[in-house]
Amino acid sequence: MTLPVLDPLWLTLRLAGLVTLILLVIGTPLAWWLATTRWRIKSVAEAITALPLVLPPTVLGFYFLVFLSPNSTLGGLWFNATGSNLTFSFAGLVFCSVIYSLPFTVQPLQATFETLGRGYWETAATLRASPLDAFLTVISPLAARGYLTAIVLTFAHTIGEFGVVLMVGGNIPGETKVISIAIYEHVETIRYAEAHLLSAGLLAFSFLVLLFVYVMNRRFPVHVG
Amino acid sequence: MSADRDELAFDLRIAFGDFALAIKETVPLRGITALFGPSGCGKSTLLRILAGLERGASGRIALRGETWQEGDGRKALPTHRRGIGYVFQDARLFPHLDVAGNLRYAETRSQTVVGTIRFEQVVEALDLGNLLRRRAPSLSGGERQRVAIGRTLLTRPRLLLMDEPLASLDFKRKAEILPYIAHLPRVFGVPIIYVTHDIDEVARLADRMIVLQKGRVVASGDVESVLARADLPVDPEQYEPGAALTAKVVGHDPHYQLSRLDLHGQTVTVPLVDAALGSTLHLRIRARDVAIATERPTAISVRNILAGNIVEVTMRAGTPHADILLDIGGSALRARITRQSADELQLAPGRAVYAVVKSVSFDALASVYGDAPPAP
Repeated sequence: MTLPVLDPLWLTLRLAGLVTLILLVIGTPLAWWLATTRWRIKSVAEAITALPLVLPPTVLGFYFLVFLSPNSTLGGLWFNATGSNLTFSFAGLVFCSVIYSLPFTVQPLQATFETLGRGYWETAATLRASPLDAFLTVISPLAARGYLTAIVLTFAHTIGEFGVVLMVGGNIPGETKVISIAIYEHVETIRYAEAHLLSAGLLAFSFLVLLFVYVMNRRFPVHVG
Repeated sequence: MSADRDELAFDLRIAFGDFALAIKETVPLRGITALFGPSGCGKSTLLRILAGLERGASGRIALRGETWQEGDGRKALPTHRRGIGYVFQDARLFPHLDVAGNLRYAETRSQTVVGTIRFEQVVEALDLGNLLRRRAPSLSGGERQRVAIGRTLLTRPRLLLMDEPLASLDFKRKAEILPYIAHLPRVFGVPIIYVTHDIDEVARLADRMIVLQKGRVVASGDVESVLARADLPVDPEQYEPGAALTAKVVGHDPHYQLSRLDLHGQTVTVPLVDAALGSTLHLRIRARDVAIATERPTAISVRNILAGNIVEVTMRAGTPHADILLDIGGSALRARITRQSADELQLAPGRAVYAVVKSVSFDALASVYGDAPPAP
């Protein structure tokens, strides 16, 4: 476990894990709201949520640089509070990845909530369950498949991100040098052995994760329909 | 208005598209009150507003003087704090829980509510004992509805709202459930508001009824008196004229498989019912199942021949029909015959005649659901 060549792997897993956790907390209420609201501004909110899907990572990275720099409002606040920069830091990477991976959490959850409909939610209310109670004890278990999809997509997508990280995070070992950056660097410096090790490791890991998802998907009973 | 009368009072308005509902009513918290009307009349919408599930209505709702809504529906008391039970047409059992889990879900959330309804009592009353470990998809439609009713009872509701609970069931399944529903107010002390478009269900279950059409109340009151009215402006496809009567069980004949009922001193014979002597049954007799004779017929297979007086003869111009309203010892009975017969028999108010009843439907309790075949 002390192979320095694997450091980027641990950093990447830490980043992806943290981002997934944060996005579950933020994405669940957002997806529920999008699935249930009748407001007209819903379409606007949906479009904004989906933006990271279509924008080139360089565009996102550019705006992140602008808005996270210590001279900007957000970056300045962060600097005053913590004494460090958001750009070229792990915290900055987390922030960017949360926004970049947002649609991969929100869209599967929203689709699941929409398929479930209001029926069970209403039923729980008639059984004296408060909204939070109903969400935790009825909606969440029934949406288990959607959660599994959201977690895996978010996690995998965060691991695979390259462009945004390159622009905002740079290549600081132990801080922002995630696996995709490390592989890029190994290839650029013609250290194919290390590139092979990381690439094969990522390949195997990704396969195992997807295998796990599909096995679990077969086990989870489908509650809809 | 008294603050704590035992009733649900509401005065509500809602509109969407070209549908508008405006209803002001008071429902006593006793027995079963049917909300009756054709599809699209607003009865389910009204029930959802009362439950707090539809929040677009404005107006006032108060139960025993406790205000649930005053003005804007979006600010009304939320559903989970109203203490109502709700049975949906499609049961809506939670698929991630088994039957026992569904029942316990309600039970654990009503433990601080004062009431006497207990898990074992509900399981026994609704015969859920062998279903407890099953999951919703493996249950029949009738079983699902029984579980849904049991689950709702375990919330210890102050008022039970039922939205066409039998509508998605076939004839036989309805037969399974109907007796259970009929017993609920008495066994569990819970008043029911029951939405249906089936006049037979009204006659079998309800004590009172509110007739809705196009978002308005067109009639309300005791089922017997409302059903006796022929002038209800309701789609005839949905509303078949007839009469609801209450009769007492006075005898059983196991040999011929018949039961004898007393109706104001006259005897009505129906297929054997599983009901104690002295108990009362709700009967429904459709107007088209009643023929009129001016003398008591003798050589005839029909058993139920009731003496009465004509109260009113209504000729339906443009149709072959005439509607005859009869007084049978104080109860109303309707007959639909041809205008030609009415003329030939010279039927007129005040005349003593005999009603030949070909078929009686009744609140079958543990017996068969469906029209009793013509008594032999």
